[in-house]
Amino acid sequence: MKKLLSLAMAGMLVFSVAACGSSDTPAASDDNTAAEATDSTEAEETGAEGTDAAEAGSTAEGGVLKIGGIGPATGGAAVYGLAVKNAATMAVDEINAAGGINGMQVEFQFEDDEHDAEKSVNAYNTLKDWGMQMLMGTVTSTPCTAVVAKTAEDNMFQLTPSGSAVESIAQPNAFRVCFSDPNQGGASAQYIGENKVASKVAVIYNSQDVYSSGIYETFAAEAANQGIEIVAAEPFTEDSKTDFSVQLQKANEAGAELVFLPIYYTEASIILKQASTMNFDPIFFGCDGLDGILAVENFDTSLAEGVMLLTPFAADAEDAATQSFVSTYQEKFGDIPNQFAADAYDAIYIIKAAAEKAGITADMSASDMCEAMKTAMTEITVDGLTGAGITWSADGEPSKAPKAVVITDGAYAAM
Amino acid sequence: MKKLSKTTKSSLITYGIVALAYIFCEIFMRTGHMSSLMKGILVPLCIYVILAVSLNLTVGILGELSLGHAGFMCVGAFAGAVFSKCMAETITVSLLRFTLSLLVGVICAGICGVLIGIPVLRLRGDYLAIVTLAFGEIIKNLINVIYLGLDSSGFHVSMKDAMSLNMEPDGMVIIKGAQGITGTPSDSNFTIGVILVLITLIIVTNLVHSRTGRAIMAIRDNRIAAESIGINITKYKILAFSISAALAGAAGVLYAHNLSTLTALPKNFGYNMSIMILVFVVLGGIGSIRGSMIAAVVLTLLPELLRSLNEYRMLIYAVVLIATMIFTWSPSAIELRERFSLAKLFHKEEKEVQ
Repeated sequence: MKKLLSLAMAGMLVFSVAACGSSDTPAASDDNTAAEATDSTEAEETGAEGTDAAEAGSTAEGGVLKIGGIGPATGGAAVYGLAVKNAATMAVDEINAAGGINGMQVEFQFEDDEHDAEKSVNAYNTLKDWGMQMLMGTVTSTPCTAVVAKTAEDNMFQLTPSGSAVESIAQPNAFRVCFSDPNQGGASAQYIGENKVASKVAVIYNSQDVYSSGIYETFAAEAANQGIEIVAAEPFTEDSKTDFSVQLQKANEAGAELVFLPIYYTEASIILKQASTMNFDPIFFGCDGLDGILAVENFDTSLAEGVMLLTPFAADAEDAATQSFVSTYQEKFGDIPNQFAADAYDAIYIIKAAAEKAGITADMSASDMCEAMKTAMTEITVDGLTGAGITWSADGEPSKAPKAVVITDGAYAAM
Repeated sequence: MKKLSKTTKSSLITYGIVALAYIFCEIFMRTGHMSSLMKGILVPLCIYVILAVSLNLTVGILGELSLGHAGFMCVGAFAGAVFSKCMAETITVSLLRFTLSLLVGVICAGICGVLIGIPVLRLRGDYLAIVTLAFGEIIKNLINVIYLGLDSSGFHVSMKDAMSLNMEPDGMVIIKGAQGITGTPSDSNFTIGVILVLITLIIVTNLVHSRTGRAIMAIRDNRIAAESIGINITKYKILAFSISAALAGAAGVLYAHNLSTLTALPKNFGYNMSIMILVFVVLGGIGSIRGSMIAAVVLTLLPELLRSLNEYRMLIYAVVLIATMIFTWSPSAIELRERFSLAKLFHKEEKEVQ
C-alpha cells in the first residue's frame, strides 16, 4: 500500500512538473513578444497587482513595456521590499496616466524573494516567464549579487534601487540608484570629521550583514584620515540582535561621544531603548538603514530624538517633488515613505528617462533593450527625489551628494 | 527472467523515478516547453533531495536526531567554493574543476562528521541533537568572521577584517567575512545534479541493504541486543553519521556552484535550514528514502508554484504543511486513508479480474 501511495505521489509530481511546464509555454516563448497570446494572462496578473488593467488593455497601440521588480515582501526585511513595491507601482501608474514611455504603457510586476539569494533567482525566473523586459531590483544586496549574475547571462537591463554592495552591480548591464556601501561609510566619516560632530566614536555593527560590515570597514578606513578615534567597535550577529547592553556598556566605558550605527532600524530601535534605560546619551549617527525607525511599532519616537542619519532622502524636504510624492504615497498606502520608496520611485523615472533617450520600443528584445539602455544610462542626468543632477558612469555607480538628516519632533528634518 | 528480490526492486523503482523525472525535464527543456522558473529551480531541487536522503540516513536508519545538517552542507559549500575560486584559472575544464571541488567538499564535510561523531555518538538520547545544533551554529558563525586571502606568497587568514590580511597587491580576497564568497564559477547544472542524486541514492540504498546497514538498524532498534551480538556500536554509528555528513557536503558543493554568491546566513545554513531538511524527512516518512526524496521536491516546489497567490503564499504553504502532517501521521487520517485507499480499489479490481 505504502509503495502504491508513493508511486501515486511520484506520478502526481511528474504531472505537476509537466503541467507547470506546459501552462507557461506562451510566456516562455514570449521573447518575440507574442502580445496576443499573453494578453489574457496579463490582465489577470495586473488585476491582482492593483495596476489599472483596463487602461493597459485599451491603450496598447504603442505596445507594453514589462518591468519586473524583486524584493522581500515577507520576512524580516519586508518593510524595504513593500516600500519599493508601493512606490514603483505609484510611479508606473503616474507614467501610464501621462501617456507612458515613448507611447508604451508600462506594466509592473513585483515578486517576493524573502531576502534570500536562492529565492531571488527563482523570483527572477518567474518574472522572465511573465515576459519581463527590464528588471528594477533587487531591493537587498546579497540577493542582488546572485541575480545580477543571471541578468548578465541573459543580457537583461537591471537597475537596483537599493542593492548597495559593491558586487551587486558587478556586471556591465547593472546600475543602481543608491550609494554603494563603501561610499556610505566614507561619506559618514567625512561628515562627522568635517562638521566636528564628535572625535571619539563607538561603532556597533552587524558582523554577519554585508551591508553593515561593508560600511564599517570603509568607515574605519576613512575615520583614520579624518582624525576620528574609534574607541570601541562592537559587532553583533543575527542570533544576538535582541540585547545590546554589553555593546552599549563598552561604548559608554570607552567614553564615546558618538555611536555610529551602520545597521538596520529594527536593531537600532532596541539600541536606543536600551541606551536610554542605562542613561547613556551619546549622539547616534546612522546610514540609510536607520531610515524607517520612526515607523517601528511600539517604539517611543521620543527616544530617536536627535538621531542623525546620512540618507539621500528626507520625507519632509521642502521641495515640491518630495512633498507631492510624500502626500500621494501617504494617501495611497497610509504611511510616510522611507528612502527605499524614494529610490524605487526614482528608479522607475530613471528607466523612463533612459528608455526615452535610447528610443526603446516594445518590440525590441530584452537583450537589444539592454544594449541601448547601457549607453543611454551614461548619457542622462536625472533630477530625482534622492538627489539632483544624478549621473551614472559605465560601471553603474551614481554620482550624487549625500544629505544628512536629524530626527526632531518625531520627523526627519534636513540639517 | 530471474525474479528480483524485494529490496532490489524497491531501489530500482527509486532510481527509475529519478531517471524518469530527468528524462521528462530534459524533453521539456529541449523542446522549449519549460518555464524559466522550472529551469532555475531544477538544481536546488537536486540539492534538497540529496540533503533529505542523506539526513534520512542519520534520522531514519541510524535513529539519531541531527539538527546540524545545514552545518555540514555549509562546510562542503565553503570548502568547494574556496577550491573552485583558487583553481578558476589553473583548471579551465569546468567538469574537472567541479569534480575535484566536489571531492574537497565531501572530504571536508566527512571529516567534520567524524570529528563531531567520535565524542558525541558514544552518548545516548538527545545529546547528539543538541551538539549537532551547536555545531551548525558554530560553523556558520566561524565562517562569518573568517577572512581568507590568496596572493603570490600563499594564503592569509584573519579573524578581524580584510585590511589585516596584509596581502600583496596581486592578492585576491576569497572569503570576505560576512560577505562570504562571490564569483564562484557556476559549474553546476541539472545533469550533474541528477547524477549526484543517483550516486547519493545508490550509496544510501546499498548501505541500508548491506550487512553494515543491518548492523546500523540493529543498533537503532535495540542497542543492547546489538551490543550483545558483538556489533561495534561506535564504529557503525560514526560510519553512518559521517557518510550522511559527507553527502550533505556534496549538496553544499552543488549549492555553492549554483549561485554566484555564497554567504553563511541563518536562512541558508542556520538551524532553520536544518529543521527544513528534517521536515522533508519527517513528512516523507522517517526511514523511507523515496518518501524523503518526494517530500523534498514537493515542499521546495510548492512555495514557488504558489507565487500567483501573492501575499497569501506563505500562509497557504504553512497550511499545506500542517494538512500534510495530519494526513500522513494522524491515526484517524491513516484509518480513513486505508478505507478509501487506491491500493484497496486496485486489489478489488484484481480479484474481479481473477
